[in-house]
Amino acid sequence: MSTEQNNIRFSRRNFLRTSALASGGMLVGFNLFTACKPEAKPAVDIANLNFNDFNAFIKIADNGYVTIFSPNPEIGQGVKTAMPMIIAEELDVEWDKVHVAQAKYNKKEYKRQVAGGSQSIRFGWDALRQTGATTKQMLINAAAAKWGVDANTCKASKGIITNANGDTLGYGEVVSEAAALEVPENVTLKKPSEYTIIGKDALNVDLDNIVTGKPLFGLDYKADGMVYASVLRPPAFGQKLESFDDAETKKVNGVSDVIKFGDKVAVIGLNTWAAMKGKKALKAVWSDDQNLESTVDHNKELIKILDGKEFDTRREDGNVKKAFAEADKVLERTYDSPFLPHNCMEPMNFYANVTAEKIHLVGPIQTPQWTAGRVAQLLKRKEEEIDLEMTRMGGGFGRRLYGDFALEAAEISNLANKPVKVVFSREDDMTDGIYRPAIKYRITASIKDGKLTGYHLKEAAINSNMYDLIPNFFPAGCIPNYKVSTKSYKSDITTGAWRAPYTNFLAFAEQTFFDELAEELKKDPVELRLELLQNVKGSTDEKIEYSGERMENTIKLAAEKSNWKEQKEGVFKGFAAYYSHNTHVAEVAEIEMKDGLPVVKKITAAVDCGILINPTGAINQIQGGVLDGIGHAMYGDLSFENGKPSHKNFDTYRLIRMNETPQVDVHFVKNELSPTGLGEPGLPPAGGAVANAIYKALKNRLYKQPFIKELSSKKSEVLS
Amino acid sequence: MPTYNLKINGELVTFTADSDTPLLWILRDELNLVGTKFGCGIAQCGACTVHVDGVATRSCQLQVSILDKEEITTIEGLSKEGDHPLQEAWKEVDVPQCGYCQAGQIMTAASFLKENPNPTSTEIREAMHGNICRCASYNRIEKAVAVAAKKMS
Repeated sequence: MSTEQNNIRFSRRNFLRTSALASGGMLVGFNLFTACKPEAKPAVDIANLNFNDFNAFIKIADNGYVTIFSPNPEIGQGVKTAMPMIIAEELDVEWDKVHVAQAKYNKKEYKRQVAGGSQSIRFGWDALRQTGATTKQMLINAAAAKWGVDANTCKASKGIITNANGDTLGYGEVVSEAAALEVPENVTLKKPSEYTIIGKDALNVDLDNIVTGKPLFGLDYKADGMVYASVLRPPAFGQKLESFDDAETKKVNGVSDVIKFGDKVAVIGLNTWAAMKGKKALKAVWSDDQNLESTVDHNKELIKILDGKEFDTRREDGNVKKAFAEADKVLERTYDSPFLPHNCMEPMNFYANVTAEKIHLVGPIQTPQWTAGRVAQLLKRKEEEIDLEMTRMGGGFGRRLYGDFALEAAEISNLANKPVKVVFSREDDMTDGIYRPAIKYRITASIKDGKLTGYHLKEAAINSNMYDLIPNFFPAGCIPNYKVSTKSYKSDITTGAWRAPYTNFLAFAEQTFFDELAEELKKDPVELRLELLQNVKGSTDEKIEYSGERMENTIKLAAEKSNWKEQKEGVFKGFAAYYSHNTHVAEVAEIEMKDGLPVVKKITAAVDCGILINPTGAINQIQGGVLDGIGHAMYGDLSFENGKPSHKNFDTYRLIRMNETPQVDVHFVKNELSPTGLGEPGLPPAGGAVANAIYKALKNRLYKQPFIKELSSKKSEVLS
Repeated sequence: MPTYNLKINGELVTFTADSDTPLLWILRDELNLVGTKFGCGIAQCGACTVHVDGVATRSCQLQVSILDKEEITTIEGLSKEGDHPLQEAWKEVDVPQCGYCQAGQIMTAASFLKENPNPTSTEIREAMHGNICRCASYNRIEKAVAVAAKKMS
């Protein structure tokens, strides 16, 4: 199993530095990037780091108050609360005396600032603990020196150091001395049984500001002299701008400028409304769109791939061809998913002020460094001239990895010679997306003498195929003859990461396929999974990504908490389990029928994410992920006709709403293994669990998303 | 451009704007009340919800020219100290994930609880269905509305 991160080699000297603050107090800088990511290539010569290379700080004031600067922006995944909790635990301060502040992207102070994604907790675990514990030891050493006693006879708790005589000193009283001390090696970390902060509910650190409407998000940012830009982009992918007429636009009150760049036209307004209204008044002539891409063509191309023979083999065990030839029964199914827009509630936006001296960028972005580099390249400027500030993000889901909106802002500001905020309308956001690509899967499996002997997964995807870890997920290692083959079709439609990339749909395909296999084998679906998992236990295959033992425990917990075996009149249950992003999740869906349509009533989720840092945040992530998974499996649908997306706004594009949501009951497997992320893993199994429950109710297998399309046709049958 | 005088969060404010400007953009761009959010611009998501004479209204579809003597309340004016029972309940239940839609959710709930101080869970679910939370923090929003109802009774 390759998920454990306990064998990390690093020297405290290389990632931790301290210094005294002029204002009184101590600053501890630590470099998350070089310290905690075992596979990360050091971006700098770590032996020669100087203080400015550190990307996160703890400030201990001389009154004992602790400020932890969270280097990475928050997109709703809760790391701004959870990461400081880990430091506070080992530093041994009271959580309510800790203030968490969002650090600015600052070239001078934080050279290697990177947004974490769903791996923040997993990668941060060791470095955050070491930082807290090392700092605590320095404070103890400083107190011991002051008292003239051996540091080993002193201890610290809740921000107070005590010696053998019972004398006490607060952290604040020794910070200045501590800052001058040598950074100690080999500090002792707490045992999980000693935790007082980790494992206890800590409320979102931004709660007060959120519920009172304080400016937090990119769209809330303002600067002196700032104007707003609304951008007209080609309505169809692959289309070019031929000409435009801005006579009507220029009549709009508040429109100050109209600027063409590439195939786009920016309307600059003194306020957002003027810019948006001015854009609507533009008359553009676009190139012919009659031969641009359509979903019907994509479907043909993807099926052609699945029917063909040209694939990349991503993993191969045994010989599936032979297994299929010798089988008693071969089962083959094809699964079909649409494109999906991200639909972050905060539409894409970014501020840029390009001047001769520098480039100031502000906004919601997950990849500040990459984006700054691309802006510098675009404007032929030096990266050192860029000052980028990150705001809180109104959702990310992968969309804000791509800095297209920041590049637009920089380009427009450069042309307009003004500070500009680019604001996407919802229509812009939905039709100029970087979508979850449409993908088809074909799964073939063989049964011989009541056993599963072969399994072949084929992926045909728009633009790009599954990342390398996925072929080593379940059921790799469970079935003797196993193969994963992939191939992609190059499209003009822009695609990218969408919450739980690939697995957001693959899990549905695989987990409904196993439901069919269980039926074929006349086995309970849960029992079939548990039986198969025995084969991977003790596997010496280093590539296998998941743990047979942990998946087994997770499945058993979900079965127990949902009373899986219990039959209830009118209640239909479906099961799915999936490992992704280093976390094992199993879900049981319960549905009831109403007017011929299934209503999801309850989801029981069991999760193994190792040590639970912040239970309230963790539950929130799983509940949200499950409901997001159900919502998109049920309703999510974007197609293209001659390059144009089928939906523009929420009047026709359906997102799950409160009256359609079941209660999600979340349980965690208790263990003392290193923690893993929770932003994504709750989502993948949800669609499969619901589809398997729907099958119980309707005897109708679902092979396509969104379900609502298939169910609506079923409903008309039921009602007629 | 015409001049408007509106009563917002108890204060009389004066500004000039095109008559078709939605209240949302006046609040955000002119008055710096950015707690009211832009989500869809077509009254489908609820992020821009404010109170007009106490009634939850989508400010993205509300042209300033049709407003006159109405009392407009935004999230910034819901309570002086940020301690409206709904704001308290939102904190107690630890509702937000990204947090972007939550001001609109709270404003919808505040207007709803005035109409129906003792709602059933079905009534809460129906009343709140016009507000989208893309993070899907729906279980907690539902709970927080119930908690607030209890606090207010």
